[in-house]
Amino acid sequence: MSEIATRIEAGPPTPGGALSRVACLVAQPFLTRIVRRIAQRHPALFARLGAHCRTDYVIDPVELPFALHLRPDPERLILRATPRDRLPPAGASIRGRFLLLLELIDAEQDGDAAFFSRDLEIGGDTEAVVRLRNALDDVDGSIAEEAADMFGPPGRAILAQLRRRYRHVEPQGDGR
Amino acid sequence: MSVAELICPAGTPSALRTAVDAGADAVYCGFQNATNARNFPGLNFTPQELEEAVAYAHGRGAKVLLALNTYPPAGRTALWREAAEIGARVGVDAVIVADMGVADHIARAHPGIRLHLSVQAAASSPEAIRYYCAHFGVKRVVLPRILTIAEIRQIRKEIPCEIETFIFGNHGLMVEGRCSLTSYLTGQSTNMDGVCSPASHVEYVRHEDGAMTSRLAGFAIDRFGPDEKAGYPTICKGRYNAPHRPEGYYAFEEPISLNLAPMLHQLIEAGVHAFKIEGRQRSKSYVRTVVSAFRKAVDEIRAGRRADLDGLVALTEGRKQTQGAFATKKWR
Ligand code: SF4
Repeated sequence: MSEIATRIEAGPPTPGGALSRVACLVAQPFLTRIVRRIAQRHPALFARLGAHCRTDYVIDPVELPFALHLRPDPERLILRATPRDRLPPAGASIRGRFLLLLELIDAEQDGDAAFFSRDLEIGGDTEAVVRLRNALDDVDGSIAEEAADMFGPPGRAILAQLRRRYRHVEPQGDGR
Repeated sequence: MSVAELICPAGTPSALRTAVDAGADAVYCGFQNATNARNFPGLNFTPQELEEAVAYAHGRGAKVLLALNTYPPAGRTALWREAAEIGARVGVDAVIVADMGVADHIARAHPGIRLHLSVQAAASSPEAIRYYCAHFGVKRVVLPRILTIAEIRQIRKEIPCEIETFIFGNHGLMVEGRCSLTSYLTGQSTNMDGVCSPASHVEYVRHEDGAMTSRLAGFAIDRFGPDEKAGYPTICKGRYNAPHRPEGYYAFEEPISLNLAPMLHQLIEAGVHAFKIEGRQRSKSYVRTVVSAFRKAVDEIRAGRRADLDGLVALTEGRKQTQGAFATKKWR
């Protein structure tokens, strides 16, 4: 296991532990619905993931009060908002600014370029990360907008607000 | 003036559609196996996806080139035969080959298919290129990235086929089809398994001070300082300690990308028929940005205007770019 994965497992000191737990509780019902819908609409994603459907991914948007635990198993999908001190052992980890991660999911940014510039950190099983990247890259259109559309005008307003909010902010904690 | 076709990469069906929509004249892609040199996890096409991709491209006036550009190991040729068969059935416009056996098989079994000679064949002299043309009916050669423009101009006069050159993307050690560095560490061959530095053997380690070490099969390839730009974890781009260079140095090649944007005009004048953009392993975002930029540039040049191509450096490895041997034989 790489140092980054170990460090993410242990979790960096997150300011406001209670805040993080509340944020997770608020986000979770939305995340569950979003991941189910995306999986339903894009079944080809799972073929590209292959055996890594059962990998535990930790996706860490450095400015958010929580990280995400993703296990893209079509039989038992998990996308969980999790306080950083409660994350499961990561098979693979992906870390970067929220907006960058959002744009990578939507193929608006190039993952290799973000890696070259050191704006994106990956750890653990590199093959798992490459598979997830390629699977997401094969999805036409914007996953973020699809997710926002599920919640109608309020969903779209929240997405626009998140994009604005995280366009220029400096990350907290030890995030770069 | 030559045609200056724009040949663009696609690692997924969605990337292929992106390339076509961004103005690619042709898109090259491969199957999800060792028959092509970008056999990466989660990348490439199923036979059905290729069929749909050909229909999409042809419907919009673009071509699809199938990369069968690896070398079949003895006794395992069935995979390459099958790939050629599928390519012929779905109507690809050309097959890009490196191995003489594969070229010979396709020339005999599928005589209607146009053959392009891959850069992996490393054919860089008029004699070598004419051999492939005479024996297998090769119609286009993708030149290794070791020639100056003056040399390309001279070769063009001495060969009976079209020339394709890389204009943008990964810039390796330039011993295409012959590099065994990866095999040495991982046991997997770039040339036969289709993957250099397989992701399954790559590991990134972040250190407390923000530095990052990239490792291949347990061996450190490079250590990037907290604010240093990074590169691919390939051995040819590794930074090593040696008794005479204890501070660590790039022994073979640096993390850097080829960018011939300022040379397009000269390449066209030298008789280059097609421009190739590297990067089937890259994202749709890269494909969209690079293809659109070069589409515009080629159109400007065709119209007799100066092409303006700033802004691609953000997509280069290590955020550095070179014109490599195209400008000078002393590029390092
Ligand atoms: S080690 Fe470098 S030169 Fe060799 S195959 Fe890999 S990228 Fe190419």
